[in-house]
Amino acid sequence: MKRIIAVLLAVLFVCGALAACGGNKNTATKDEAKTATEANATADPNFKAGVVLVGDENEGYTFAHMEGIKAAAKKLGIADNQIIWKYNIPEDEQCKDACDDLVGQGCKVIFTNSYGHQSYTQQAATEYPNVQFVAMTGDTAKASGLKNFKNAFTRVYESRYVSGVVAGLKVKELIDAGKIADENKDKDGNIKIGYVGAYPYAEVVSGYTAFYLGIKSIVENVVMDVQYTNSWFDMVAEGAAADALMARGCVIIGQHADSTGAPSAVQKAIDSGKTVYSVGYNVDMLSVAPKAALTSATNTWEVYYEYALGTALSGGDIDTNWAEGYEKDAVAITALGESCAEGTQAKVDEVIAAIKSGELHVFDQKTFTVGGKTVEEAFATDTNGDFKPDADNAMFDGYYHESYFQSAPSFQLRIDGITELNNN
Amino acid sequence: MAAAVSHKKDPLIRIARRDSMPLWKSVLVRVIAVIASLLVAGIIIYLLTGASPLNVYKSMLQGAFGNNSANYSQKTWQTIRDTMMLLCIAVGLAPAFKMKFWNIGAEGQVLVGGIVTAACMIYFKDLPPVLLFIVMFLGSLLAGALWGLLPAVFKSKWNTNETLFTLMMNYVALQLTSFCVAKWENPVGSNKVGIINQGVENQQGWFPAIFGQDYLLNVILVMAVTVGMFFYLKYSKQGYEISVIGDSQNTARYAGINVNKVIIRTMLISGAVCGMAGFITVAGSSHTISTSTAGGKGFTAIIVAWLAKFNTFTMILIALLITVLDKGAIQVATEFNISKDMSNMITGIILFFIIGSEFFINYRLIFRKKEKEAA
Repeated sequence: MKRIIAVLLAVLFVCGALAACGGNKNTATKDEAKTATEANATADPNFKAGVVLVGDENEGYTFAHMEGIKAAAKKLGIADNQIIWKYNIPEDEQCKDACDDLVGQGCKVIFTNSYGHQSYTQQAATEYPNVQFVAMTGDTAKASGLKNFKNAFTRVYESRYVSGVVAGLKVKELIDAGKIADENKDKDGNIKIGYVGAYPYAEVVSGYTAFYLGIKSIVENVVMDVQYTNSWFDMVAEGAAADALMARGCVIIGQHADSTGAPSAVQKAIDSGKTVYSVGYNVDMLSVAPKAALTSATNTWEVYYEYALGTALSGGDIDTNWAEGYEKDAVAITALGESCAEGTQAKVDEVIAAIKSGELHVFDQKTFTVGGKTVEEAFATDTNGDFKPDADNAMFDGYYHESYFQSAPSFQLRIDGITELNNN
Repeated sequence: MAAAVSHKKDPLIRIARRDSMPLWKSVLVRVIAVIASLLVAGIIIYLLTGASPLNVYKSMLQGAFGNNSANYSQKTWQTIRDTMMLLCIAVGLAPAFKMKFWNIGAEGQVLVGGIVTAACMIYFKDLPPVLLFIVMFLGSLLAGALWGLLPAVFKSKWNTNETLFTLMMNYVALQLTSFCVAKWENPVGSNKVGIINQGVENQQGWFPAIFGQDYLLNVILVMAVTVGMFFYLKYSKQGYEISVIGDSQNTARYAGINVNKVIIRTMLISGAVCGMAGFITVAGSSHTISTSTAGGKGFTAIIVAWLAKFNTFTMILIALLITVLDKGAIQVATEFNISKDMSNMITGIILFFIIGSEFFINYRLIFRKKEKEAA
């Protein structure tokens, strides 16, 4: 028996040793490859950036951030090994640990990409004053008073408005073709739109309002129902929410949630003969919903990351509140699907041009009412910590100045025509 | 072996229980098991990813203890912090399991302890720090004890199945946590509590740093419980009663031990220590509460308690090993760009070997002797 064990052990050791040798060779070639890329790099090789991500490349929102960072790094000549990635970090204390680790590895700037990471990121910023922290989509940087804590957000409400225009043109086409049934209308004859939202706070409210106003700019008599999932990414819940909205007779299903759950559900409904279309978020949904998907509103994060990484690289101070939209091409809509109405592209180009020139404002005072009245005053900033805005009136010059006082969306009026089905 | 009678068809291998094994030998078997597991895991890593196993192991260690002078102490302290949390729960489970009371409810006991701690931090933040600390401490003990008491009372009165009962109590605690998170969410609508009492002037209810170390108080508290539990189980009359009941309830009854009373008392202690783990986590490290506060550690701690055979000092080593493996796995996943599932596989292989080695310590294999030798 001893002999057998001895032989077994010997075999194991040999295998292990072989494996080790083989592996070493492998890393040697990898190292060579690394030096090769470094040779092309123009950036300071000692610069390091850290990224804390709520998901990984399988999740649309995070994938968009990853692509943005990679593209920006390439432009700035930052090598692959100068960026340290932390994938699948939940919105809890693990975020703080991840930040600690990135600081320990020498990162000079650290990005966290989810809203729920914010308070942990802020905590890290308090402890490491020499490192710049950016809580993407966050909103407390200004109030925190920390010099090294930043927020950034695109003006994605602009591209949501444009995606609403695309949906509106489709609704118009359906009306003209007589394809709107009675079940698609409410008792006053308004056509029903559905929206799958993640959480009932400003970021989502601002987004669906922009989407709704986009549709309304084409078809006046529409109403919208919003169904929340209470999660940023939940394939099943998003699909179920879309099903519920379709059962209520909605002809368009928009979304502010990160999975392909809703478009897939809509595609299934189309396949079974229903008249309903989907507008997605973050990524092109045509692969999962070739007939159902009209377009998706997206962020072009590369624009921000190029700015922020470039600033950090040169030792500069990143903006505390950064917000850009169509003007800097920081937002976009994805390629139009085959189901889009004729002439959509021309109209889209026209609307984008109007937004860029400042001629069109998404939250135009004239286009919406609250409780039947035109809104004269709408605060953007919360100063006493109760999360109800109480300072900085953003409603002036005839429109609500979204992302003006802070980068994160602040528009949270519940306007007439939109019903939240399950906000409790 | 007195195998005087030789049958014609002996099985090739027979398994027999060992009487005992000298300490050095059992330690050696375990060390061999760990080495063998690392080799097997190494071969699998190499075959699947082409990464050198040596580099993988190196990166595992770096994940737990840091890889440069800037983060050695920070990483090591995080590992210590997580080890202490796991150890505290395992120590809490030890008396229950020693009594053969299957307390699967540590997860819930930790959560309720955490909920009470978070509630104190939110509602009583104006209390003087020392008083607040005492209130949080006692509150979490009480909450955990209550969570342990319920199944124990039902067990002793109506002989309900404690495995199912404690398991179900986890889900009650989980729902309770969700409810509190929704109530305390910050900002409204986010479904997250975020860091409680954040800001330099605030930090009410946070463990103070001792000698500049944020987590030293965690270590002191858990070590006190670990040492205390060791002596309680080994040298106290109550500890003796627990081990008698664990061996045989009938013997215990015959010896005049009030079994029901001991079950209830032991579960109060077990639950209270687990509740204290919740207190240490919320006030001493995360400063937040969420449904992931216990994070499955209530279940992992069962492995720790069993592998250590309820010796709380051995638990320190096992809790450390499991935490290092876990931290290492995360590091490997990041560094080699492989899924975390891959590194969980490594952890699984290593645990499999360690648990498997117990077989070779408790049993021996007897090979069929060749006919010549037999004759």
